[in-house]
Amino acid sequence: MVPKHFLHDVAIVGIYNTEQARVLENHDSNTITVAACRGAIADAGLTPADIDGVAAGGKAAPLIYWMRNGPAWRSMNPPSIPAVLQAAAAIAAGQCHTAIVTDGMAGVYTQRSSTAPWTRPSNEFVVSYGMFTAAEFALVARRHMHLYGTTPEQLATVSATIRNNGHVHPDAIYRGRGPFTPDDILASRMVADPFHLLDCAMTSEGACAMVLTNAERAADMSQKPVWILGGSGDTFGPSYQHPPAWSLAGRSGEINGTVGRRSAQQAFAMAGITHQDVDVCEFYDPFSFEIIRQFEAFGFCEEGEGGDFVMDGRIEAGGEFPVTTDGGVMSFSHGGAAVQQLQRITRAVEQLRGTCKSQQVEGAEVAMATNGGAGALFTDVLVLGSEKAA
Amino acid sequence: MLKPQKPGIPLPVPTMVSEPYWEGCRAGEIRFQRCNDCEAITMNPSPACSACFGPNLRWEASSGRGTVYSYTVVWRPQTPDFEVPYAPAIVEMEEGFPLMSSIVGCELEDIEVGMKVEAMFVAMSDDIALPYFVPMGGNPPVKS
Repeated sequence: MVPKHFLHDVAIVGIYNTEQARVLENHDSNTITVAACRGAIADAGLTPADIDGVAAGGKAAPLIYWMRNGPAWRSMNPPSIPAVLQAAAAIAAGQCHTAIVTDGMAGVYTQRSSTAPWTRPSNEFVVSYGMFTAAEFALVARRHMHLYGTTPEQLATVSATIRNNGHVHPDAIYRGRGPFTPDDILASRMVADPFHLLDCAMTSEGACAMVLTNAERAADMSQKPVWILGGSGDTFGPSYQHPPAWSLAGRSGEINGTVGRRSAQQAFAMAGITHQDVDVCEFYDPFSFEIIRQFEAFGFCEEGEGGDFVMDGRIEAGGEFPVTTDGGVMSFSHGGAAVQQLQRITRAVEQLRGTCKSQQVEGAEVAMATNGGAGALFTDVLVLGSEKAA
Repeated sequence: MLKPQKPGIPLPVPTMVSEPYWEGCRAGEIRFQRCNDCEAITMNPSPACSACFGPNLRWEASSGRGTVYSYTVVWRPQTPDFEVPYAPAIVEMEEGFPLMSSIVGCELEDIEVGMKVEAMFVAMSDDIALPYFVPMGGNPPVKS
């Protein structure tokens, strides 16, 4: 019996990913984001006049101006799962009826001899040690390997699985680059031990947008609505400033190593589901270990058992818990700070519509999308359904 | 042999709250905050006690000794200013707080979780002496 929740009256009715590329010629962050908005509005069968809410971080106010749909509700939250949940809450509360959530980036990463600017925020306690995202997440992975004996081969199995999904997605930046075996991953050059190059996200450019609306309006739209079943977000602090210790604990006793556990428990309770109900795991994959960690944190397996859990085809297409079916940020695209986080959601929507261009899970009814990771001290969770919660 | 980076890397910009930490580094000490009210330790430097959220924090000097909690070896530098490989690490200090630093003064393959280490300081500018950690009892590395 699914408990009634006010967010259950909100659906995602339009999605769009622009072209994604290592470098998008003739675009900047604004033009590519606007292109994503046009696409998502069209996918929903709407026009800009139908949009009265915009969630897009710092681009929210400019978009409202460019669309001339003010006065409109806006969110300056990071345009990822927290913004989607906030937009859904605003719709449920009647502050707006149809909201667009979007992000895009282009022309930002130009100094290629350095790591991408969003991976190395300048903070006095990390900057002089040459820290960037791969090193931050490596510190989490290394601790887990020490505690539980997790192996490089298990990490490489995650990378190979996700990269093979991107290999067969026609819009993935690294389409056709595979197939990969775990040995191929381990043979790639080391970036930040234990992460080889192919254990790491790429950098690229692109945009993504989605349109949310209420149940009444969703009934008349072009696309079959995909429903919000549950979601939440957990953070332990600002990313890339404090040591990303596995055992960093809050007052509750919960630790950074399992960040996202609280969110998953809340999301599953809202959705009235158990792990076995999840048909597709659109997990955020900045680094291979992060997938292992999420399966543990979300309670799909016991703490320390994530390394074994991802083996034997369990997370491959056709397996029990297929993961990141488009290749994720390793192979599909990593357009910047937030756009690629939204792409976990749009891919979950496609899986539930039955239109995913790679590794479509037959008859998928429940999909879980996630953002963040322990190296960044936060994890957000969203559970979507092909049917409205009863 | 892992060595400290040379001057020219991006340097910390201390804040009002963190300045005493960097002053300690210039004096060859790892300093941390302790609460006058509840005696809890707070690190990184913060405007509030990590236990009681109170404002009455004092500065104390750490022994400078700790153990490697986790580490990585970086082969793709953050910026071209850094020489690879380098080995960022979280050091669990004897007093019980974690500190981000880098391991130097040993070979890559000698680093392991649980290794005992102690702080050393490298002057990077007039204002910044950067703490690194070397194996306890090992030979300190040649300063850059």
